[in-house]
Amino acid sequence: MLDAARKPMVPGNTVLELSHIHQAFARPSGEPSVVLDDISVDLREGEIVGVLGRSGCGKSTLLRIASGLIRPTAGSVTYRGKVIDRPAKGIAMVFQTFALFPWLTVLENVTAGLDALGMKEAQAREKALGAIELIGLDGFEAAYPRELSGGMRQRVGFARALVVDPAVLLMDEPFSALDVLTGETLRSDFIDLWNERKVAIKSVMLVTHNIEEAVFLCDRIIVLAPDPGRIAFELEVPLPQPRERLAPAFREIVDDIYEHMTAGRGPTTGAKDRSVLEGLCMRLPSVSSHRIAAFLEVLAQPPLEGKAGLRDLAERLHLEIDAILAVEEAAQILGFVELREAALHLTAAGKFFAESPADGRKRLFGEHLLRSVPLAAHIRHILSERSPHVAPRGRFLPELQDHLRPEEAERTLTAVIDWGRFAEIFIYDQKHHQFSLPVEI
Amino acid sequence: MAKVMIPSNRPHATIPSWKIAAPNRWDLIAFPLIFGVLALLIIGAKSTFGPIEAIKTGPISLDPAMLPGYAVRTVLRMLAAMVASLLFTLTYGTLAAKNKRAEIILVPILDVLQSVPILGYISFTVIFFMNLFPGRVLGAELASIFAVFTSQAWNMAFSFYQSLRTVPLDLDEASRAFRFSSWQRFWRLEAPFAVPGLVWNMMMSMSGGWFFVVASEAISVGDEQITLPGIGSYVALAIERQDLGAVGWALLAMTGVIVIYDQLMFRPLVVWADHFRSEQSAAQTLPHSWFVDVLRRAWFVRMAARPATLAMRWTLRVPLLNASVPGPVMVKPTVRSRAADLFFYAAIILAAVFGAGIIVRYIASELNWGDVLIVMRLGAYTLLRVAVLIVMASLVWVPIGVMIGLRPKLAESIQPLAQFLAAFPANLLFPFAVIMVLRFHLNTDVWLSVLMILGTQWYILFNVIAGTTAFPTDFLEAAGNFQIHGWKWWRNVILPGIFPYYVTGAITASGGSWNASIVAESVSWGKTHLTAHGLGAYIADTTAAADYPRILLGIVVMSTCVIFFNRFLWRRLYAYGERHFRLD
Repeated sequence: MLDAARKPMVPGNTVLELSHIHQAFARPSGEPSVVLDDISVDLREGEIVGVLGRSGCGKSTLLRIASGLIRPTAGSVTYRGKVIDRPAKGIAMVFQTFALFPWLTVLENVTAGLDALGMKEAQAREKALGAIELIGLDGFEAAYPRELSGGMRQRVGFARALVVDPAVLLMDEPFSALDVLTGETLRSDFIDLWNERKVAIKSVMLVTHNIEEAVFLCDRIIVLAPDPGRIAFELEVPLPQPRERLAPAFREIVDDIYEHMTAGRGPTTGAKDRSVLEGLCMRLPSVSSHRIAAFLEVLAQPPLEGKAGLRDLAERLHLEIDAILAVEEAAQILGFVELREAALHLTAAGKFFAESPADGRKRLFGEHLLRSVPLAAHIRHILSERSPHVAPRGRFLPELQDHLRPEEAERTLTAVIDWGRFAEIFIYDQKHHQFSLPVEI
Repeated sequence: MAKVMIPSNRPHATIPSWKIAAPNRWDLIAFPLIFGVLALLIIGAKSTFGPIEAIKTGPISLDPAMLPGYAVRTVLRMLAAMVASLLFTLTYGTLAAKNKRAEIILVPILDVLQSVPILGYISFTVIFFMNLFPGRVLGAELASIFAVFTSQAWNMAFSFYQSLRTVPLDLDEASRAFRFSSWQRFWRLEAPFAVPGLVWNMMMSMSGGWFFVVASEAISVGDEQITLPGIGSYVALAIERQDLGAVGWALLAMTGVIVIYDQLMFRPLVVWADHFRSEQSAAQTLPHSWFVDVLRRAWFVRMAARPATLAMRWTLRVPLLNASVPGPVMVKPTVRSRAADLFFYAAIILAAVFGAGIIVRYIASELNWGDVLIVMRLGAYTLLRVAVLIVMASLVWVPIGVMIGLRPKLAESIQPLAQFLAAFPANLLFPFAVIMVLRFHLNTDVWLSVLMILGTQWYILFNVIAGTTAFPTDFLEAAGNFQIHGWKWWRNVILPGIFPYYVTGAITASGGSWNASIVAESVSWGKTHLTAHGLGAYIADTTAAADYPRILLGIVVMSTCVIFFNRFLWRRLYAYGERHFRLD
């Protein structure tokens, strides 16, 4: 077999090197918001490197810096010994949203990248047809992207990237917009091409939030931690290709990563995180109160009985790791669950919540919300001090924007509005963008 | 609108179709059509470059047999204006979208230009172009074309600018990651993305343009009398001679012209623009055009199109055009030179103050505050007219539009009619209205107002129909299910649903009415001259008298009125609708 020749443990020459990448945006208040903090990664010949992390940890930004699309605030990207500051010949990209030009046919989409290289028409056409055939799209050369299914569109995305003979292929969650079955097929087809060396690519960088996908495809996985994005840990996947998902060794690695990603989170991670968590501007995950309630209910019921691993929960609720971590974070902020030895435990309050009837739930949720989320308490306080008891949204948003990025501030306010509405600790009028106290109080 | 179902798997040949196809019967239709139109255009264009005596010595004839020739001349002016508008759009829109500093100046200028009454400054442009080409027909032609151009270009440029600013992020990244040159980026990404919006705005512009081409063909500024051969001049002469039959012939010719224009130009454009939709889903119904079918099937068209396609593809690879490649996005805040910014803003403000100074000095040289007060009072009259007419037209057409929109079959046949009526130059109908006013001794202040909205009310109708057709059926079904009827149904279901469409229509109608006031408040039939009290009549009469300071004052006041109307009513309504009545 050919794959024996490609031992992941033997690193080849470095093709792409990111060193000490630092990325920051300026907040309105002037203090910088750090997205990526001192990240160094190198891609060596013959390996697929996975970058794994939750949404918002800056993994897509890292990929765009590697591609030269974004220039980092500090640090450098070196491609084959040369520092690059813009998209370079030899680095191709596959996008989560496919990013196909809807007005170009499959053939034209694939040829477009070759035109940019200034290749002769006849040669470009021949090369493009070859790539289309390789990726299994022959017969669809003259179709427009909108006539194709999601999986076929992403195949065009791959063909467009492969046709320019890149040494480095960058993939930004390429399978996450596809349904499970289609994603699986495309993933297998891609890894087959790679293993059989049918493509000229030297190395691949894959950004994903899907742990199994990373273990299935990658030789090395880098896990990013959020706020600010930094490398939490790195591990090799020493399994030979093709990999078997149900093999015990595979499961072991997946569980290992789950454990790593959930450990070290929560309110006990150090002084720096503490200040962020306890202040008015604690970031809140955008999770609806009803999802938190459903989550607590499933956790309380048999067979879980108040204790579960995150992977188990994710499978039970049919949620991606991203979504499950967000719900878990919300429940943890509110003090309904706690994390011990990589397993989730329902607290006494959480248990009580799950067993309560609707109005009891609301009351309990409200108490916890006011106690654990300073922003909720702050809004409530302002409302009770004012006469009449109303305050516009604009009263609170700027406060948040001083410390959070604009989209984070919006998200946090939206979350607190949903939770506050559920708990009935305040009323929010969307029409007039205005908070008020419920009448009976 | 003729819509047909087309299966999503359209037949596509991998071998270029021109290689296997041979001349066929479709060529028999396409060939004479294309070359017939071409020949007409050439004949029409030839006289454009003749001396001015040609149109002075050979005056317009009311012989209906002359009308096709006049129609061609009118169409030519429209085409020339459209070409100019497109060139303007591509350059102005691109510059505004790409250059931060240019944007600061260009966008507000465009915004103001949109509000300036086109027929107001026609006297200035006539003088300007006549002096540019003294003694040639070309000068007068250019003045007319310029008037049409100014009615078309602004919203097209706006649409293009906005498209360039809202190119989807992923496509932008793909074009940069694959190192498209600026030239490739423009033709592969930006221009195609802008096409649907641009074509829609071209249609709107074109339908407004007929009004101005008719109005600008026969112009008298003081002693200078200009009559360009065309449908507009034909009607002007018919009015002077009180020949109602000739007016009828002109109406017929105009109807023919608009129908042909729609069939040969706009249907094909809409079909073509459909390729550039950015939604990724396959549409259930596709726009359809028989002319496009003929062109697609005709062998010689494909033969002729081939070199153009190849040439376009060649330009996408030739190194000379593709040298510049856009760089990466700077995420860290760019440190711009503050001194340069300061200097730049100071220069703009200075220029604005200087410009205002010139206008004030010019007006003040002959006029005083009394004149300003008079003009403002007249402006208030016209404002009142526009407001009342829009309200009345809304009360009539919103219910009718909703009723039509709820019946898809009916809407399909009424919608093209409404679009036709919106495009039809209402000034051709003025003589009939004037005769009525004369016959029944009607109050001119009231009844001439109606003329202002004659051509523009249809924008309300067809936007309301479009909004109702687009309204999700499940909402209607839910409303029926919960027994929501009567006023409640209007208030809570359909009016919020069509609100953004209605506002779009009303903005167009209101802008059109301001423009129309200049020809509607001052009309003639033979030697009889009727005027209504208003700013439109003021501008029309001062134009006839070549009283430039007064014309300028009138334009300034009218533009201000329109801008205030837009800022404080329409924009707010539109933003309100966007915030509260979004359907997603």
